[in-house]
Amino acid sequence: MTNLITLNAADLAEKLATKEISAVEAATAHLDRIDAVDGAVHAFLHVDREGALASAKAVDTRRAAGEDLPTLAGVPLGLKDILATKGLPTTCGSKILEGWKPPYDATVVSKLRQAGIVILGKTNMDEFAMGSSTEHSAFGTTHNPWDLTRIPGGSGGGSSACLAAFEAPLAIGSDTGGSIRQPASVTGTVGVKPTYGGVSRYGVVALASSLDQVGPCARTVLDTALLHSVIAGHDPMDSTSINSPVPDVIAAAKLGDIKGMKIGVVKEISGDGFQAGVKQRFDEAVNILESLGADVVEVSCPNFPYALAAYYLILPSECSSNLAKFDGIRFGLRAGDDGNHSVEQVMSITRAAGFGDEVIRRIILGTYALSAGYYDAYYGQAQKVRTLIAQDFAKAFSQVDVLISPTAPTTAFKIGEKLDDPLAMYLNDVATIPLNLAGLPGMSLPIGLAPEDGLPVGLQIMAPAMADDRLYNVGAALERALLNHWGASLLSQAPELTGA
Amino acid sequence: MAEKVMPFDQAIEKFDPAIGLEVHVELGTKTKMFCGCSTEFGAAPNTHVCPVCLGLPGALPALNEIGVESAIRIGLALNCQIATWCRFARKNYFYPDMPKNFQTSQYDEPICFEGYLDVDIDTDEGRKTFRIEIERAHMEEDTGKNSHMGGATGRIHGADYSLVDYNRAGIPLIEIVTKPIVGTGKYAPEVAKAYVAALRDILRNLGVSDVKMEQGSLRCDVNLSLRDSPESELGTRSETKNVNSLRSVERAVRYEITRQAARLTDGLRVVQETRHWHEDTGVTTSGRSKEGAEDYRYFPEPDLLPIAPDRAWVEKLRSELPENPAIRRARLAAHWGISDFDMQSLVNSGALDLVEDSIAAGVDAAAARKWWTGELARLANEQEIDLAQLPITHQHLADLEQLITDGSLNDKLARQVIEGVLAGEGSVAQVVAGRGLAVVSDDGPLLAAIDEALAADPSIAEKIQSGKLAAAGAVVGSVMKATRGQADAARVRALLFERLGVSE
Repeated sequence: MTNLITLNAADLAEKLATKEISAVEAATAHLDRIDAVDGAVHAFLHVDREGALASAKAVDTRRAAGEDLPTLAGVPLGLKDILATKGLPTTCGSKILEGWKPPYDATVVSKLRQAGIVILGKTNMDEFAMGSSTEHSAFGTTHNPWDLTRIPGGSGGGSSACLAAFEAPLAIGSDTGGSIRQPASVTGTVGVKPTYGGVSRYGVVALASSLDQVGPCARTVLDTALLHSVIAGHDPMDSTSINSPVPDVIAAAKLGDIKGMKIGVVKEISGDGFQAGVKQRFDEAVNILESLGADVVEVSCPNFPYALAAYYLILPSECSSNLAKFDGIRFGLRAGDDGNHSVEQVMSITRAAGFGDEVIRRIILGTYALSAGYYDAYYGQAQKVRTLIAQDFAKAFSQVDVLISPTAPTTAFKIGEKLDDPLAMYLNDVATIPLNLAGLPGMSLPIGLAPEDGLPVGLQIMAPAMADDRLYNVGAALERALLNHWGASLLSQAPELTGA
Repeated sequence: MAEKVMPFDQAIEKFDPAIGLEVHVELGTKTKMFCGCSTEFGAAPNTHVCPVCLGLPGALPALNEIGVESAIRIGLALNCQIATWCRFARKNYFYPDMPKNFQTSQYDEPICFEGYLDVDIDTDEGRKTFRIEIERAHMEEDTGKNSHMGGATGRIHGADYSLVDYNRAGIPLIEIVTKPIVGTGKYAPEVAKAYVAALRDILRNLGVSDVKMEQGSLRCDVNLSLRDSPESELGTRSETKNVNSLRSVERAVRYEITRQAARLTDGLRVVQETRHWHEDTGVTTSGRSKEGAEDYRYFPEPDLLPIAPDRAWVEKLRSELPENPAIRRARLAAHWGISDFDMQSLVNSGALDLVEDSIAAGVDAAAARKWWTGELARLANEQEIDLAQLPITHQHLADLEQLITDGSLNDKLARQVIEGVLAGEGSVAQVVAGRGLAVVSDDGPLLAAIDEALAADPSIAEKIQSGKLAAAGAVVGSVMKATRGQADAARVRALLFERLGVSE
């Protein structure tokens, strides 16, 4: 029998469809792998062995009965712990939600279940998705499978690490400023932030409502597209969800033809301050794109340098309000309720006990930015910058079909290296944030290892709203060329993991 | 401790009051503003809740379109502008009855703005119209309800523990805010009451809310300030919360005028604060101070799309608005030739719509009023049901009136017909036939009965002949009895006098 854990989702799905293997076998192989390596990686906060095997069994039963099942039925998946799962712990990496079991499923979770996808468990993340390393998780850091002393990116480091560690072939992430793309970049995996409104946010614990977007993560462009098509689509429960047909991302991922396409390299986020090896691999990727028949030009987005500042006003403002509901009254942690404290004091003690430093830092920032007398200067100005950035994109997309940049300025850094320097941490997202501010789709895919440290480098593709299919077309073309060049997947070069 | 007050007349002599009224109306939509939960009143605690109205992590609001439609109809009925584009905003503050610790409301972009409502009150110079300027009417969601258990006062202080019922959380509210109402002088209390009454009428007439002040589906906050003269700047205001009856609105305005006047006269400041209204004692007491102005950190609600009501839709809603109830009443009173007083009692009895419909069905105006406010009101009252619930149709009344006009039925027989109809004996004609009800129109049997009655008591004839016409009642009574009520009393009377040679 083939080694089930190294199979891509599409190949696994094929073997499941032909009954060469069963869904229970697939789930068991991945659960066993989690047992073997997750002590060292810590990609999962909660493994639902029982639930996973039950849903795998249900898929097998239906298939045995001759039912025509969705493509990915029986394929295992790691779910970021920011999505509400009925009866399964949902913590967002925070003490304040420890032990909370939602009474409902997020829309994306319902879609996954309907597609017969087997949810192995909930993956680790920075607390409430605030961070670029998972070091802000209240339940311990996730380790990068390429080098366990390094971070797996964040906030969705658990989702990227579980792919790179072959604990799951598919994962779900959420991306507010790069939380899908940056982890994909530093773990040598693929991640897509769909167009804002392309995937329902219902049941996704909100960080910043106007920026958050759930997206697919996998080890190949095609796998990512298959998962994308499962979770995307209009949801009446999410008012910001777009009511129009989902772009045919699967066809695009199978096409991979960029002949005659115009591709723009964004000047402002493609060079200065980036690690040399990142820059080198990016330049090589540009050459490959040209060799595939694309016309690559440099494009300027003059307002991008202001994106980070605007983002760190809008995000904290929205999150200060979104996180107000965590007060110990209706769910989650309650502290200080000893009969000697007023309800206001219980709320305050609960929040102080339940939230980590980074969360508190952003709540304070946002509360300040929205305060009377400061609103116009901070939140108001940031919204104007947001408009300017959207205009930069609009202008750029009048000249080119897609834009590209390195996904992150560096490869995976050492655990602890930036923990005490919030600004250095925030700079990880300098290239990914503009897309969130404009609500546009983006993909990160691996383009090689940086020569100086042998760690993965990612390339970011950006497209206009609801043109998510372009990401997959360009990504597939580049991936195919790189695979031909490497002879095998990049992840096959990752060190063998052993249990810890 | 009761605060010092100044007699009202004296207070008005010295100061000019400005009122501001904030009315919260719970809409009568079937479901909540942002989720599908029922809005039914009186359900067991926390049974009409879901992840959305409980503010559970991950839940998102989805707008109730009927709520928006109701808001627009209210705005149109109050002569407001309807925004071409507006948004919801989050009003951030922590309170246990508020699931998300922010209220989804509207801030600087209300759906309705710049309207007015005219109210009439009686003044020393006769009936006078006051125009109340409306600043805005905006949409928001209601909060849950706290109950403080174990304490003596039912307030949070001294309570052993508190319970929260979130059934009310998320019920659609429209907040209607007036501009400062000035120039009312000593009529301030009456104008305030008249405004809330007129607003309630309009809302009820629109069918958007059951406007039950006692159940909290219409709640009023009274802002009041005093200034030295109409030329001065507006003074510092107090905000009296939850003044929940029309009479209380009037009393609260009156009390605050007398309280603030006493303070200002004593050289004290009026404190900007929330005050509680006490129905039993008729006073307000200090609540939370607003001097450190609470900062709600409003910002546009990112989870909801902006609302841009289609102009054609707004115009359609405008064209379908029911007639303003005050204008309608004036029109009908003139048409039917009745006084304001009679019209008011018709409104109070809840019979206005029924009377209007009966008249449309061909019943005479006076007769329609008589039936609905008389016999039918009595029967409804007896059965403890609403007037409209009586199984009497306008056609029944029209048929009945026709028979009375023809002289085939008298009032007494008509009441028996009603009784038969209510008992399910069929149509008016069927009851008349079935019970054999008809006025005896042949004079023969009537004269025979008259003679019989006169013979039974000869003194009656003498009394009548000597001018005591009231004695005729006894004969009419005997004749009615003899004919089982099927005689026309007026005809009996006429025949009696004719027989005795007496003229009326």
